[in-house]
Amino acid sequence: MSSDLTELYQQVILDHNRRPRNRGKLPQANRVAQGENPSCGDQCKVYLNVIGDRIADISFEGSGCAISQASASLMTTQLKGKTASEAEALYKNFHEIVTTGKQPEEISDVAAFAGVHAFPARIKCATLGWHAAMNALKNTEASATTESHTD
Amino acid sequence: MNASWNSVRDDFPILHQQINGKPLIYLDNAATAQKPKVVIDALSSFYLNDNANVHRGLHTLSMRSTNAYEGARKRIAEFISAESPEEIIFTRGTTESINLVAASFGGSKLKSGDVILLTEMEHHSNIVPWQLIAQKTGAKLKFVPVTGDEGFLNLDSLEKLLTPEVKIFAFTHISNTLGTINPVVELCKKAKALGITTLIDAAQSIGHVPLSVKDIGCDFLCFSGHKMAGVTGIGVLYGKKSLLNAMPPWQGGGGMITTVDFETSTWKPSPERFEAGTPNYADAYALGVSCDYLDKLGRAQIAKHDAHLASLAYEALSKLPGIRIIGPKNNRSGLVSFAFKDVHAHDIVTFTDQDGIALRGGHHCNQPLMKKLGLTSTTRASFYVYNTESEIEVLVKSLSKILAFFS
Repeated sequence: MSSDLTELYQQVILDHNRRPRNRGKLPQANRVAQGENPSCGDQCKVYLNVIGDRIADISFEGSGCAISQASASLMTTQLKGKTASEAEALYKNFHEIVTTGKQPEEISDVAAFAGVHAFPARIKCATLGWHAAMNALKNTEASATTESHTD
Repeated sequence: MNASWNSVRDDFPILHQQINGKPLIYLDNAATAQKPKVVIDALSSFYLNDNANVHRGLHTLSMRSTNAYEGARKRIAEFISAESPEEIIFTRGTTESINLVAASFGGSKLKSGDVILLTEMEHHSNIVPWQLIAQKTGAKLKFVPVTGDEGFLNLDSLEKLLTPEVKIFAFTHISNTLGTINPVVELCKKAKALGITTLIDAAQSIGHVPLSVKDIGCDFLCFSGHKMAGVTGIGVLYGKKSLLNAMPPWQGGGGMITTVDFETSTWKPSPERFEAGTPNYADAYALGVSCDYLDKLGRAQIAKHDAHLASLAYEALSKLPGIRIIGPKNNRSGLVSFAFKDVHAHDIVTFTDQDGIALRGGHHCNQPLMKKLGLTSTTRASFYVYNTESEIEVLVKSLSKILAFFS
């Protein structure tokens, strides 16, 4: 197995893919957004319960590759309890990690996604859930599609 | 096998490279096939020596170019046993050919209450153009069902669906996802008995099996050059002359008119009526060379070779734990499409790429069929003249490794 591949499919990613966290509908959700990658058919729906400016609870549903599902799962653990601006900052940080391979400044499981940058075709998989979450936060009705983004 | 087969891999320079440190194994032929050097050289030589705009040109290069273009039209008519070159219209590919028929034939013939009959195994390119014209005309779409994972058309349902309201029956010759080879002769015969016009999407069959529009008995047939060892950007619409000459133009411009006044114009007959603007004459010329190449190998031999590899692959892949293979078990075309419960197609394609293997993962532009089968994606291995038995062994080894990794 090539080292690039083991970088891409790290234990953290395999674990989130096998045992996704916060998966399923969120009954008390007051924001929902659907993310779609039309080129591959991957889907990710993100549910938020936003109280005041804070994400009180979050979940996701979807189908897709290990990268997209693990990324959405890990994202839910990252975003729970965060304010909108904190969430936005985390997204920017994650985006930089998957597009450049930069390691995060603090020790974090998102570091596992740095390997994605060596596989440009898979960056969209890693950011699908995040796009949906950002849309849900903005409360935009339009579904997030990876095709309207440069990544 | 004739003598040409011994050196077939040498004909394709692209194959002789390493991908991620491993010899390239190209198994994405249903998406696009590789091009033999003779075709690449023909295109290059055309631009180096003969290029000029076609038609109306009185100088030597224009005459050469026109001869090359019209020669290709004649060659392709012969390749599919059309009655005359006027029945061959050059397009950008299968998609554009279907759009042309939907817009021109559909736009002028369909009215509210009419039915456009398709099948559940159609590629998006043989669904969406019909949806667009159905919205405009008020015609309805109906679909011949596919029977479960084995992926045959339900011919009993077809009997009920072929009603007088059906104005066109459009279906694929070979499914790009299932590998099903449809009984096109029988389908055309049934439609013809009721006076229904037929269109065949031959994108997956043209470069793989002997094909004669005369024997099939269809009214329209659409295909792309790039899946038949030809270059991209060129395709063909075959149509019966009587039908084509009764259809209105679908695009206007130079080359397709007899006279133009400020208010109105009159149209040339087919094929010029449907080829507005400067046509893609260079790629059309190269497509004629692809026809020569395929005939040199022998299309019956190609069909035999592809089917042999597909059946070997089917057998070997069937032994992998948890695999679900869709499409017919026997008598399939040269592709195998499969899914695993716990490993997604995109992860597979990324892994196999590291072993130098080019596969395709996704919905293969077959979303409605995928939904019906309860799948979001499959991985597809599709074969062509240059693929070998040992490449299938490498594929199966690579897949076993992935299954172990994700287990």
